[in-house]
Amino acid sequence: MPAFLPWSAERAAEIIASEAGREGALLPILHALQAAFGYVDRAAEPLIADALNLTRAEVHGVVTFYHDFRSEPAGKRVLRLCRAEACQAAGGDALIDHVEQRLGTSIGSTAPGGMVTLEAVYCLGLCATAPSAMLDGRVVGRLDVAGVDALLDEVER
Amino acid sequence: MTLRLYVPRDAGAEAVGAVDVAVALAAAADRRGLDIEIVRTGSRGLYWLEPMVEAETADGRIGFGPVTPVDADGILDAVVGGDGHALALGPVEAIPWLKRQTRLTFARCGIVDPRSIGDYGRHGGWKGLARTLALGPEETIEAVVHSGLRGRGGAGFPTGIKWRTVAGASAPQKYVVCNADEGDSGTFADRMIMEGDPFTLIEGMIIAGIAVGATKGYVYIRSEYPHAIVALEAAIAAARDAGYLGMGVAGSSHIFDMEVRVGAGAYVCGEETSLLESLEGRRGVVRAKPPLPAHKGLFGRPTVINNVISLATVPAILADGAERYRDLGMGRSRGTMPIQLAGNVMRGGLFETAFGVTLGEIVDDIGGGTFTGRPVRAVQVGGPLGAYFPRALFDTPFDYESFAARDGLIGHGGVVVFDDSVDMAKQARFAMEFCAIESCGKCTPCRIGSTRGVETIDRIVRGERRDEEIEVLSDLCNTLKFGSLCALGGFTPYPVMSALTHFPEDFGAAPGRLVAAE
Repeated sequence: MPAFLPWSAERAAEIIASEAGREGALLPILHALQAAFGYVDRAAEPLIADALNLTRAEVHGVVTFYHDFRSEPAGKRVLRLCRAEACQAAGGDALIDHVEQRLGTSIGSTAPGGMVTLEAVYCLGLCATAPSAMLDGRVVGRLDVAGVDALLDEVER
Repeated sequence: MTLRLYVPRDAGAEAVGAVDVAVALAAAADRRGLDIEIVRTGSRGLYWLEPMVEAETADGRIGFGPVTPVDADGILDAVVGGDGHALALGPVEAIPWLKRQTRLTFARCGIVDPRSIGDYGRHGGWKGLARTLALGPEETIEAVVHSGLRGRGGAGFPTGIKWRTVAGASAPQKYVVCNADEGDSGTFADRMIMEGDPFTLIEGMIIAGIAVGATKGYVYIRSEYPHAIVALEAAIAAARDAGYLGMGVAGSSHIFDMEVRVGAGAYVCGEETSLLESLEGRRGVVRAKPPLPAHKGLFGRPTVINNVISLATVPAILADGAERYRDLGMGRSRGTMPIQLAGNVMRGGLFETAFGVTLGEIVDDIGGGTFTGRPVRAVQVGGPLGAYFPRALFDTPFDYESFAARDGLIGHGGVVVFDDSVDMAKQARFAMEFCAIESCGKCTPCRIGSTRGVETIDRIVRGERRDEEIEVLSDLCNTLKFGSLCALGGFTPYPVMSALTHFPEDFGAAPGRLVAAE
């Protein structure tokens, strides 16, 4: 289970400074911030804009363009379920319905209590062992109802 | 004597339990005081057999699969004592599915230790680079041109011509960018090679850099591929330590260094100009062409941007000669293609073969049909922007032109198999929905047309003014195809129109007229 720091402008400024010298530094900065805090706090945007000589609008535009960057903390765990064609062909849609029903939440939101955030992912490259999912950084393939139930049991422990 | 076992560290193998298998094998060996070494390789690409364990014997490597942790003791008995085992596959190289392939790009994948630069050299690595250093930039480019290699990302543009353009441009800085944003569902060749034989991509990047006069390379890997990111970063560090990257590449006067950049979940960044925008730190919004990236690419500098497989194939072309590569294939599609079989398929995995094998051979013979055992109804070739083909088109040879002639594309080589439970109107709707989710928003046909497409398909399925709405959908697809800036909007009509054309009954329309090819 990933552990994140609480938001800190000082720590954010250090992270930004450590990446700012690279060519095309914005995405590496955003990844580093999300790795540290679990999300990209809106308060980081002016700090990044200052460091890279960009407008706040430009930074905000980039943060919101990419699906990966979260504007608020996720649940304790993040379960990403593949919605792409190869997983559809292998019965992935029914598994997603099952997960949504069991958790009482839908893709793109966090289950009550903050236990797990459900996200759609469009391909993990595990298409020959479909349907697949990723729980935090761990990949899981050949999922069936028993398989996703085991993942959810793990999440609920 | 140490018994050497091989267990893949490939994400596809780990997703089905390879780590637990490696742990169980180590524990089982420990219990019996057996001296073993477990080498974590890439995958051979026979995914229905993963986790596949191999053991080194006097007669070569023998395989077992699909292995679970409880099989560990039995496998050690079989290897050490010569006992039979239900999961035994015999000599791996003799497995028909592997033996039938022509592995050039994937020659080492699944065999070598991807963390060992020494292993790479012992298995024929760096020979292409040595050849380039002997030939010089111009003859290297001519060899790539002569090989007939075309962009394996999907566009199929001749790689050597692209290189020649960049080489001819004069600028204080040029770049080599590797497109590892492999977002197409049903494809995993880039992931496999980066995890299983990363040095071959590094060697290809170095060769490209020397050929065109670029000193800096970037590999843009999607964030959905954490294993590939770790593998390539480790390999880059090892190559730098060994003197293959940095000042004086491999003892020459050339300079080349490279680094990994991680994407952030945007499918459109697989489009080359969008990828360049993203690398520069902006929204992944597509650029209008011209100027071509070869003239004004990354940071406005001349840039070679190639797919992983294109670059990873270059070392083999240089090492073995352009002729050998060119002699494979058919028509204007030369060499080999790593075909990736996925979805509802009995034997899914990576099958590298010369162009020209038919779709029917791929799906029925190599893939073995569906794993649900139901009849194959549709196959999507070339990712989410590729057409759905019915059985009637299974005689189509796998090459760029043959698929284009039938309103399809081979794209990056993914083949996703669906059985007869598939609802093709739902698949068409998903294609439009996906386009709407992933559109960068720059051009109107893609940004707005995709959402209108979803609504139109919904009306067709509900039976509201069906014939008129089918006309609207066809017209909308025409606008997307010819009015979009890039392939996202431009190719979304392929899955939509192919579903409508070949499976009209799923839209409530009269059945089609194609009959099955034999």
